[in-house]
Amino acid sequence: MTPFDIITTTACALPLASIDTDQLIPARFMKRSRADGYGQYLLYDMRFDDNGEPRPDFPLNAAGAQEAAVLVARRNFGAGSSREAAVYALADFGFRCVIAPSFGDIFASNAVNNGVLPAKVSEADAEEILTLLQTTGADVTVDLRDSLIRLGNRTFTFSVDPIWRTKLLNGWDDLDLTASLTGDIAGFEQQDAAARPWVQLQGRD
Amino acid sequence: MTSGARQPRTLFDKVWDAHVVTRREDGADLLFIDRHLVHEGSFHAFNKLKDKRAKVRRPDLTIGVADHYVPTRTRILGEIAPDIAGMIRQLDDNCRAHDIRIFGFDDPRQGIVHVVGPEQGLTLPGLTMVCGDSHTSTHGAFGALAFGIGASEVAHVLLTQCLWQKRPKRMRITVDGATAPGITAKDIALSIIARIGADGAQGHAIEYAGSAIRALSMEGRLTLCNLSIESGARCGMIAPDETTFAYVEGRPLAPAGEMFERAVAAWHDLASDADAAFDRAILLDGRDIAPTVTWGISPEDALPIGASVPDPAAIDDASRASHVREALDYMGLTPGQALAAIRIDRVFIGSCTNSRIEDLRAAAHILDGRKARVPGLVSPGSHLVKQQAEQEGLDRIFTDAGLDWVGSGCSMCVGMNGDLVPAGERCASTTNRNFKGRQGPGARTHLMSPAMAAAAAVTGHLTDVRTMLRSGA
Repeated sequence: MTPFDIITTTACALPLASIDTDQLIPARFMKRSRADGYGQYLLYDMRFDDNGEPRPDFPLNAAGAQEAAVLVARRNFGAGSSREAAVYALADFGFRCVIAPSFGDIFASNAVNNGVLPAKVSEADAEEILTLLQTTGADVTVDLRDSLIRLGNRTFTFSVDPIWRTKLLNGWDDLDLTASLTGDIAGFEQQDAAARPWVQLQGRD
Repeated sequence: MTSGARQPRTLFDKVWDAHVVTRREDGADLLFIDRHLVHEGSFHAFNKLKDKRAKVRRPDLTIGVADHYVPTRTRILGEIAPDIAGMIRQLDDNCRAHDIRIFGFDDPRQGIVHVVGPEQGLTLPGLTMVCGDSHTSTHGAFGALAFGIGASEVAHVLLTQCLWQKRPKRMRITVDGATAPGITAKDIALSIIARIGADGAQGHAIEYAGSAIRALSMEGRLTLCNLSIESGARCGMIAPDETTFAYVEGRPLAPAGEMFERAVAAWHDLASDADAAFDRAILLDGRDIAPTVTWGISPEDALPIGASVPDPAAIDDASRASHVREALDYMGLTPGQALAAIRIDRVFIGSCTNSRIEDLRAAAHILDGRKARVPGLVSPGSHLVKQQAEQEGLDRIFTDAGLDWVGSGCSMCVGMNGDLVPAGERCASTTNRNFKGRQGPGARTHLMSPAMAAAAAVTGHLTDVRTMLRSGA
């Protein structure tokens, strides 16, 4: 995974609350292979009209949005379904960070597993960042080492779970961390099978 | 476990502690997973295994269930769209390749994964359970620690039977006081979500407690825990009791005989200690809960049926007012409109939230001898639920009323199999999410209990089911 340290980029403002994962990627696209890239389906029903034409007033269709690596939204971003495809869509579109006052837990966890930073700010700061982006259009800097967001002459702090912060900074993959622990897992299995034998299942019938 | 004086613990902590394989310096725990449920959508994770040429560590603890894409109107895969049939076959192939038990499309026990798990006795008190589906919280009804995970985590569990997790905070939601006739677990759940918000329990594990919770059947507890994720919770749990043990006993894959007795003895300890600390505590009075429906595009947009559509102009919070405006625009509603005056175009009774036998009985009770004014779909939670309903004659009540009685799957809750609500149409639905486009592009969803959906079917508009209850209910 690409480590996340500090990025300076244009940001896309999406002043909506509860952008759930069904909106981030509608269910009908989830049969597709990841190899095709999921960015084209990101927020599909908001981005495109019934004829598949881009809606000119939607922020992701604005000039420069394709270059943005930071998305800013209101509270409860990524609520709902556990579909990791929602993160694939964001990541494949080019987003490395989402700034919002709160995130769905499963979404946030999926984001971190794909090197995307869920940066939590206060509701007041989210509103100010959204307003600044819409008025100045300045670049934004997200600094994970110091948990800071810089926009023009304003600086905001964000929070992220310290475990996730370490993981993102190092670009760690959980599987690499677990690989050295197979002995511990086998030990647990053995001890647990004796302590809770009723948990065991016969294999496939 | 160590002896001597120890901190009082919650139910959640007891189950968590019993599954810690090892703890990392930064505080993350490697948790052992007792049951891993996979479905058609788990293909991303199986592909990761393929890339690594890796094997599933514990196929015996991994269980496949076809539900998200299965057709509900035919038993022949050749009759459906090839890309959808391919999703179902792919799960079969992956399970066969890894020697995983599967309740596939052609299995007489097939159904929705969160209905099949409890029904087959896979779900037990004190287990850790995961599935690449957010409504895995359902299984917490048994006092299991059950939560939804993403594809990367599914791959991690397939490979290691473990998961790195940070211990969430604990929240207790107590509902005391008997609920009135016609009030169901769905109404309790929607009332909770409206009270604390769709992100109100983020970062928390919920334990539901109180006399109104104890009084719920297993079906009701499953509905309540299912909707934990709609308040943002990591999981929802209810301490197991005699209701739980009676449900588990005799299930095909549950422990039997002496092993069952041993298990029950251990399960009796699965309750929060009297002085266990919770990070947050919420209290609701069961007597205050009315039949509840959603009017907007988030499950928190819920109100008692006697209320009216909110007016964004009367809301001070700019962000909330903007959400309400967006919701009313999408839903085609006007501020101040009485909820009971909202006309509907169709009903859907089904989903992992409300498709169990008790749900079907509650809907049938209202529909018996009455006609539905709108079309609708009734999709039982599993083939075994379908069989039981047919033995009880419930299917005839639904079809006599004019509703379609179909097969079992996720169906119109998520529309992946093609069961969709047409754009602009309004559906009274027993499902879990009223998100924009959830039941199909442009579809408008009102969430409610099965009895409320049945009442709406009869009148053609959102209706207080209490006016339609029959004696002996």
